[in-house]
Amino acid sequence: MKTLTRRTLGAAALTLPLALSACGRSAVDARAASTSRGPISIWISTNEQELAWGKAVAKAWNAQHGDQEVTVQEIPAGSSSEEAITAAIVAGTTPDLIFNISPAALPDWVRAGGLVDLTTFEGAREHIESRGGSRARNYAEDEGRGGYYQLPWKSNPVMLMYNRKIFEKAGLDADHPGLDTFDAFLDASRQIVSSGASGSAIWPTPTSDFYQPWSDFYPLYLAQTHGTRLIEDGRTTFDSPDGLAVARMWRTMYEEELAPREQSTDDAMTTGATAMQLAGPYAIATYEDAIDYGFMPVPTVDGIPAAKTITYADSKNVSLCSTSRNRLTAWDFLAFATGEEWDGKLLETTGQMPLREDLTSTYPDYFEKNPDYTSFADQADRVADVPYVSGGIEIWQRFRDAYSGAVIFGKDSVTDAFAEVSRQIDALVKE
Amino acid sequence: MTTSTSVAPTSTPGLPRPATRDPWWRRLLGKQPLGLGMSLPYIVFLALVMAYPLGYAVYISFFDYVFTAPGVHADHPFVGLANYRAVLSDPRVLDSFGNIAVFLVINVPLTVILSMVLASALNSLTRWTAAFRVAFYVPYVTASVSLIGVWMLMFSDDGLVNSLLGPLAPDPSWLVNSHLAMPSIALFVTWKQLGFYVLLYLAALQNVPRELYESAQVDGAGAVQRFRHITVPGVRSATLLVLVLAIITGSNLFTEPYLLTSGGGPDGASASPVLLIYQKGIQQGNPDLASAIGVILVILVGLLSLASTRLTKED
Repeated sequence: MKTLTRRTLGAAALTLPLALSACGRSAVDARAASTSRGPISIWISTNEQELAWGKAVAKAWNAQHGDQEVTVQEIPAGSSSEEAITAAIVAGTTPDLIFNISPAALPDWVRAGGLVDLTTFEGAREHIESRGGSRARNYAEDEGRGGYYQLPWKSNPVMLMYNRKIFEKAGLDADHPGLDTFDAFLDASRQIVSSGASGSAIWPTPTSDFYQPWSDFYPLYLAQTHGTRLIEDGRTTFDSPDGLAVARMWRTMYEEELAPREQSTDDAMTTGATAMQLAGPYAIATYEDAIDYGFMPVPTVDGIPAAKTITYADSKNVSLCSTSRNRLTAWDFLAFATGEEWDGKLLETTGQMPLREDLTSTYPDYFEKNPDYTSFADQADRVADVPYVSGGIEIWQRFRDAYSGAVIFGKDSVTDAFAEVSRQIDALVKE
Repeated sequence: MTTSTSVAPTSTPGLPRPATRDPWWRRLLGKQPLGLGMSLPYIVFLALVMAYPLGYAVYISFFDYVFTAPGVHADHPFVGLANYRAVLSDPRVLDSFGNIAVFLVINVPLTVILSMVLASALNSLTRWTAAFRVAFYVPYVTASVSLIGVWMLMFSDDGLVNSLLGPLAPDPSWLVNSHLAMPSIALFVTWKQLGFYVLLYLAALQNVPRELYESAQVDGAGAVQRFRHITVPGVRSATLLVLVLAIITGSNLFTEPYLLTSGGGPDGASASPVLLIYQKGIQQGNPDLASAIGVILVILVGLLSLASTRLTKED
């Protein structure tokens, strides 16, 4: 037996290094890659409209650059694009460009050495800042003073979408719902459910995923605090009267069964199982043939005029990966795809808002033809994103866990849960 | 000070000569290198897919480790047992081990009893045997994702099960009830895996001599007595296999809490250690903490399997 074990180990010792070296990761010569041109590949979200835009822009580029062909691929499947990108960075299998970068995960990808500072390319800083204006600096390193590992690409300002027919059935004014305060929002929700117009008033996804706060708590918190992010100056901000007020409003929604604690097994808006949803402009393409909808800004405690309401940006940006061997081509293509022409086509194809200044005046014809999108374009000027902090996913997961217990399932007191998780997150940020 | 002397061995006439030392390659590869060569692909597979990741996970669990892109250097300082202390003081990690204990307490006995009883019943059938075997096996070979979709519909607040139960339906409903979420998952997994374990028992039952049943029947033993005194001891080796497999697969529970209860909900009541390994290691970029949980899980599963082996050991 000992002999057999020794032989087996001996054979493994001989073959393992060979096998491992075959699977080994090799680094790209950054200096050579930064001056090199050639074929590149890009990843784009699986969203049907975005994919169509990606293929169109690649086709236009390829027609003029036969020796620098761009290949479009969908981001690999995963419960979130963040984990697919993380896995690819570690494995060294990222493409040259990724058109779906979440700012929440970016600091960790930078720390892992997976991305390239775009300002190392000539004219990149000017392109980014002239396109995005002053808010572009929110996405730069060193609190806006450093380089850019992401080009701020597009936003999906979150607003309150509602089903007009359900509102009318519940006896609410579908043209002027006026749900700008928490009290009005709660009263309308009670009216929707008690009248039998719909089984629930609103149906945010109640799962434990780290990104779910961006679709329930966070947009209302940003509105209530006039744009204060979850973490400011290295400290959490949500354990405050404003944060607690938002959490208690949601807790009331769950306690009174105005919002279900279960995940919907179907699209709750399409089936009429709910009357409202927090959504971005991408929802228009999804629902325009299914329901008669309207949009309004998210509510706050006392109500804030629509023109002053700040909401969650839900932005997605573009990064150049350190595995790129033809970085000059990658940067040139990125500049091409985020120029005025292709930003306009992005708007036309997807309805999502390019993160550029003066959106409505740059594309007046589009907004004249598509008035539904005008409120989003207006809202796009007043958005805030997630805090730029290392360990963002872990921070959001901790927040979600505490929120689930206290708000969705009502097991703990909101005050205690927020105080405890605030202390935990502060400790994480200090690390 | 001591001195020692050694005497060189001498050969004695009439006795075999002492073996001469083989060359190093023969000692390493043995006298039948072809046999070793034929088993080499599997050895490499095991080494690459099982041994190397396991060893590396143990290594990572003792360091402050972060994932990096190829060619990027990051310091990985040795931290001793700090990662273990961190995960063992995390209430969500401890809760996940508690959750999996609840799961195993329901799932393992239910799996053993149901699969043994069903296999025994199937073994005594003379008609429709193949149809029943297929019926039990279909859930096992069907993708969990699609089955979970059906169960979500059935066990949702306004689903089929609650409609049938009427006023007896639990509130909150099954999958969002902190007391019922894990038992619901245990039932789902038992149902899904049952076909596989029934087949194991059916195979074992073929080795139980028919004469034993016939003579017991002649002696006046009833069906229950025959099952208890002939079938149960007759399939003891299969029971050990079923126990160990059910413990190992159950402890590695991931898909069901991930999908059926939407990420270990409600409020972590169905979170499993493997779900936390996924969250910490893949999503949050803390492979060191994830590895520490994994190592603890491996040790616990090993101990449980050992205990099962001892319990079912024949005298």
